[in-house]
Amino acid sequence: MGTLTEEIFTRRLGREVHAGEIVVAPVDYAMAHDVTGPLAIEAFRKLGVPLWDPQRVIMVFDHILPANTVASAGLHKVVRDFADEFGVTHVFQEGICHQLMVEKGFIRPGGIVVGADSHSTTYGALGCFSAGFGSTDIAVTFATGKTWFRVPETIRINLRGALPPGIFPKDLALKVIRMLGAEGANYLAVEWGGEAVEAMSVDERLTLANLTVDFGGKAGLCEPDEHTRAYLGEAEVYDLHPIAPVYRSLIEVDAQTLEPQIACPPAIDNVQDLSAVAGTELDEVFVGSCANGRIEDLAIVAGYFKGRQVSPRTRTIVVPASKQIYMEALARGYIQTFMEAGALVMNAGCGPCLGRQHGVLGPGERALSTSNRNYAGRMGSAQAEIYLANPAVAAASALAGVITDPRGLN
Amino acid sequence: MARLFKFGDAISTDAIIPGCYNVTTDAAALGKACFIEARPDFAGTVQQGDVIIGGRNFGCGSSREHAPMAIKAAGIQAVVARSFARIFYRNAINIGLPVIQCDAIYDAVEDGDPISIDIHSGGIDVDGKMFQGETPGPVAAAIMEAGTLIDLIKTRGWAAIEEVS
Repeated sequence: MGTLTEEIFTRRLGREVHAGEIVVAPVDYAMAHDVTGPLAIEAFRKLGVPLWDPQRVIMVFDHILPANTVASAGLHKVVRDFADEFGVTHVFQEGICHQLMVEKGFIRPGGIVVGADSHSTTYGALGCFSAGFGSTDIAVTFATGKTWFRVPETIRINLRGALPPGIFPKDLALKVIRMLGAEGANYLAVEWGGEAVEAMSVDERLTLANLTVDFGGKAGLCEPDEHTRAYLGEAEVYDLHPIAPVYRSLIEVDAQTLEPQIACPPAIDNVQDLSAVAGTELDEVFVGSCANGRIEDLAIVAGYFKGRQVSPRTRTIVVPASKQIYMEALARGYIQTFMEAGALVMNAGCGPCLGRQHGVLGPGERALSTSNRNYAGRMGSAQAEIYLANPAVAAASALAGVITDPRGLN
Repeated sequence: MARLFKFGDAISTDAIIPGCYNVTTDAAALGKACFIEARPDFAGTVQQGDVIIGGRNFGCGSSREHAPMAIKAAGIQAVVARSFARIFYRNAINIGLPVIQCDAIYDAVEDGDPISIDIHSGGIDVDGKMFQGETPGPVAAAIMEAGTLIDLIKTRGWAAIEEVS
């Protein structure tokens, strides 16, 4: 009985679990990356015990890939040495941790997964309870296979109707953030449902689950269904639903009347309709990230770029979220389209999202990004401005060099 | 006398320690870069035992534990805020940086005011004005008593948390 979150914890712990309880629960996998991993490894070594299970620890090089300074190379070496010493074999350098967790099959409906990265909420798209933690919490999971949770109450968000042309899950997520504010789901789980979500592909749901943390959510879950089954390539029917759930609150959003939404600097909840900021000049457009770097996102951008040129005053950077996505984009001709249009295509990973490697913004510069964070200083200078939008807006804006409504373009 | 540094709402982990400065696990180096872009004079003027007063959603954004590490290493005794982002709050408690939620204090104090805090009771005295912070939950209290999460788990294991749950 209960919300998706309560159902997952109840099954896992073999007893009725309700929101508000503090539980110590086993997890399926614990993930860390090249920035949070070294701190987790230091904390784990202080515990002085063996690794819980080398097959259930995932290490990903993605935030700085390949290493761009001696210092970041040093961080990478800490992770490589740890993996060698403790027999960790799930070590990846082929894309963003969250995309790889899903692609590599670590995520299952009904599972519990923890990651040393805030956007670990992403896996909720498949009906897995997943949350982001700091390095010390992850270190304790490395040692014990468990962590503690205060089982969260849930906000149910029903996205009603069908998405109109040119409107995407990113717009729905930004609309919800606009309604609830940047801490609207702090300490809470979010369930994403309604007809618009039921119609969405798993790729699209990953965007919603990803952005859940950006309004404070501990986890962002979708009910597993036939889309989930098809995505995982499994015949299994996932019997995981909310059963007589009691929600903290219920939010209804009409998808059919939605305009493209833009998160304006310097906060994720400073959201406006595109028309309010159309024409704003841009120095950089970034297409990628764990929010919107998947093949469906690249397909949207390639559709707009085909036979066109990006504005010469705007550097346009495309970063596929994973090697698998990159290779699919190659096979479909998207990469050639991006390059012919004048975009820079970088290796799979986090790209310019976090201002630590390529595509850094200088003082006074302005970027539009398909990522999920626009805090001052996020992508480089604290005097730079970041706008967040869906991939179609990013494509149309890259072509024009100013923030542009894609719905006027074919 | 400890002084308070007052910050606004939605102080992100990117403001506390920007991405290009957290390419290290060395606490002292992180402390020197604390608020380096958002408030460049901070690391040079903060004294051991000073206190940060924050607005709403303090520590929002990335899960980087470098953020509370940088604040602690800079010399800050505790962070008092109207509200905290979940992961930052948990990270701070885990590494032994006291974090106290208190709404009433924010509008009543100015940057630079003298402050003293009783970490255990949550009592805060700003130039004679008294405020009561919220007391931590049972798990946070257990971690604070042990020092850090690592200390707690190393000495008592999960039983320490299971018995307060």
